[in-house]
Amino acid sequence: MSLQTLQGVWWKKVDASEKMWIGIALVWCLILFAMMPLWHLKGGQNPSFETYRTTPEQFLKKVEAFVAAGPKAGEEKGLPVIAPDPKTEVYMLGRLWQWYPTLKLKKGETYRLHLSSMDLVHGFSLFPLNLNFMVLPGYEYVLTITPTTTGEVFVVCNEFCGIGHHQMVGKITVE
Amino acid sequence: MEAVYRTCAQTGLKVHNHAERLIRANAVAGVVSILFGGIAAVLVLLTRWPAVHLLDPASFYRALTFHGINMLIFWIIFFEIAVLYFAGPIVLGSRLAWPRIGWVSFVLMVAGTLLINIAILQGKADVMFTSYAPMQAASYFYLGWILFAVGALVAVCNFFASLVVAKAERTYTGSIPLVTFGAATAGIIAVVTLAHGAIIYIPTWLWSLGIIEKIDPGIYRLIWWGLGHSSQQINVTAMVSIWYLLATLTVGATPINEKVCRSAFLLYILFINLASAHHLLVDPQLSPAWKIWNTSYGMYLAVLASMIHGMTVPASVEVAQRKKGLTKGLFEWLAKAPWGNPGFAALALSLSLFGFIGGITGVTFGAEQINIISHNTLRITGHFHATVVAGTTIAFMGLTYYVVPLIFRRHLISTKLATAQIYLFGIGMTIFIGGMTTAGSYAIPRRHWDVQFATSLFQPPVEAAAFAFLGIMGVGGLFALAGGALYVLITVGSVLFGRRVPDTPGAVPLAAMPQDKGQHVPIKGTTVLVLVFLASFIIYYFLNWKWLAAIWIVK
Ligand code: HEM
Ligand SMILES: [Cu+2]
Ligand SMILES: [Cu+2]
Repeated sequence: MSLQTLQGVWWKKVDASEKMWIGIALVWCLILFAMMPLWHLKGGQNPSFETYRTTPEQFLKKVEAFVAAGPKAGEEKGLPVIAPDPKTEVYMLGRLWQWYPTLKLKKGETYRLHLSSMDLVHGFSLFPLNLNFMVLPGYEYVLTITPTTTGEVFVVCNEFCGIGHHQMVGKITVE
Repeated sequence: MEAVYRTCAQTGLKVHNHAERLIRANAVAGVVSILFGGIAAVLVLLTRWPAVHLLDPASFYRALTFHGINMLIFWIIFFEIAVLYFAGPIVLGSRLAWPRIGWVSFVLMVAGTLLINIAILQGKADVMFTSYAPMQAASYFYLGWILFAVGALVAVCNFFASLVVAKAERTYTGSIPLVTFGAATAGIIAVVTLAHGAIIYIPTWLWSLGIIEKIDPGIYRLIWWGLGHSSQQINVTAMVSIWYLLATLTVGATPINEKVCRSAFLLYILFINLASAHHLLVDPQLSPAWKIWNTSYGMYLAVLASMIHGMTVPASVEVAQRKKGLTKGLFEWLAKAPWGNPGFAALALSLSLFGFIGGITGVTFGAEQINIISHNTLRITGHFHATVVAGTTIAFMGLTYYVVPLIFRRHLISTKLATAQIYLFGIGMTIFIGGMTTAGSYAIPRRHWDVQFATSLFQPPVEAAAFAFLGIMGVGGLFALAGGALYVLITVGSVLFGRRVPDTPGAVPLAAMPQDKGQHVPIKGTTVLVLVFLASFIIYYFLNWKWLAAIWIVK
């Protein structure tokens, strides 16, 4: 029993059915492991590792330059709507409690989306698409994204960032 | 302090008085914590259920911080310390190495608990239990963590010292029992974990005092999760040890192969501490190679260990039952198991819910890319309520129903009620987890006051199905809360008002060991069960890759 000490030589041969299970489980574990590098080679969704050190001040400047350069496609709820050209650098910042600016993208086109935070840790979650990345102050994270659906998606903050956390919702429109 | 021993009439174990009193003290602190955490759970649950939406935002975030810490840290760790004191000195019939230090560590942990809870209730620490820098709480909140971690670390050292004492004083011969071995594994992981706690909380405390200027948020997350996730591995290891213990106490099971069981525990030590990566898979600061290696604990060898325990525990039950003559078909041994015994009910629910729900979702969401469609959604909270609540907490509850008669020496006020409690909690939790996890796959965020977005700049439309699943979560949660309340009532009621257990053997019914005639006993039933498990695992895992492939392209 599991409460008794073991005397003498207690290791015995492993039973055939146990051996079989350990073997199957090991193979399954190796498949689990192989899936991740495989998806990096063949799959369309992989966490980026294009990251740069930045500061809130530096990143804010870049975002402001990006917004000023446009092309601007109007304004919504007081936020500029930027419709960047495909294959260009696109910027969005998170701050208490707002994603800035809002974007207008084209389906099937690729953009390099730079994300960073002005203050606390935020969570970049495309809603209801369900695509999630972390946004940390001091780190400029570059996601190369290609929208494959049209319509409105929202950027919900899904890391707790203080009392206004649930109000932090931004927007991306895809045509 | 003088060592006094009694011999337990039920188990024949020699019980050191200080070890026993410390087990009582830690168990009481644990039950008080689950009561606190449970009260907060009512408020949090009723707020996240959109149809009720009870609290205002500030109270919600405060209650959520309080719930997370009291449950995940205080309830679990106090109970684990009690388990260590049992599995070391008591199982080995020895004394606790340092009784006085045992009390010092307990006082430190209680002081830490008080500081943290006071900080939260005063509104000085609305930061969640993760307190991600640069979000800052009052400095005594961090001091509370340090006191608690140091206290727990000293308690773990006391456990190891007791193993040394037992060996030196020859209170046993041969190799230590499996339960002690498992507990020692948990203890080793605990030391590594608590060291991470010290590395992260000491600078963070100094930062909150203004002595250090800056804490890097990326490094904070990396080291914090060295504490946060590794401590979950203590829970897994302690829970598995309790599975073996409950199997012995309820059906007289003997591990089918000590070599296999012990090797599996060793795999936990070797690989499980890498798992802090689970929380950092979609973070900017780490490379894919680092993420893949660490999230898989080096090629999933710790998952292998859990899959091995997942077979050897039910197999040991099957063998014991078959030896008693329950040999018909594949499952007579299971059908005629003591389902009316709260300890067995807890073993069965804890093992199957942890494996089928907690384990499968955990490994799946922990795949680097699948994390993109689960990180920080309710899928994650659903996952860990299946591990640390349906798995660990139910195992602890089942064990409590042995701790009360054997250590507090009081009969349960009602064994029937205790059994009903386990089922109520387990079934409620299963519904709750199903609702929560599925709501999460509609991208419903965790730690979020209002998924109707009534006060935000934009109002994203939310699918009706997502609300329906949040409702299911609410209903299941209420059942689980009723089960949790019953647990506290039965435990406290029995300790205070239960009949005294007389010093006559057999007063507490413990399973007899089946006769070992050296015969070979097949484990066909268990083999079928584990194959069903594997099939579910494969289906769920690949479904998630399919869902992943349907979102935007991102790299
Ligand atoms: C009847 C029992 C319980 C119910 C109804 C319940 C309910 C909930 C709910 C609704 C949340 C909020 C999810 C969110 O908004 O992100 C939550 C979070 C949480 N629960 Fe529970 N819970 C229960 C028991 C437990 C137990 C026993 C533990 C630990 C052993 C636990 C650990 C946690 C943790 C760690 C969190 C996350 C807190 C955070 O995100 O900071 N819960 N629970
Ligand atoms: Cu935010
Ligand atoms: Cu937020």
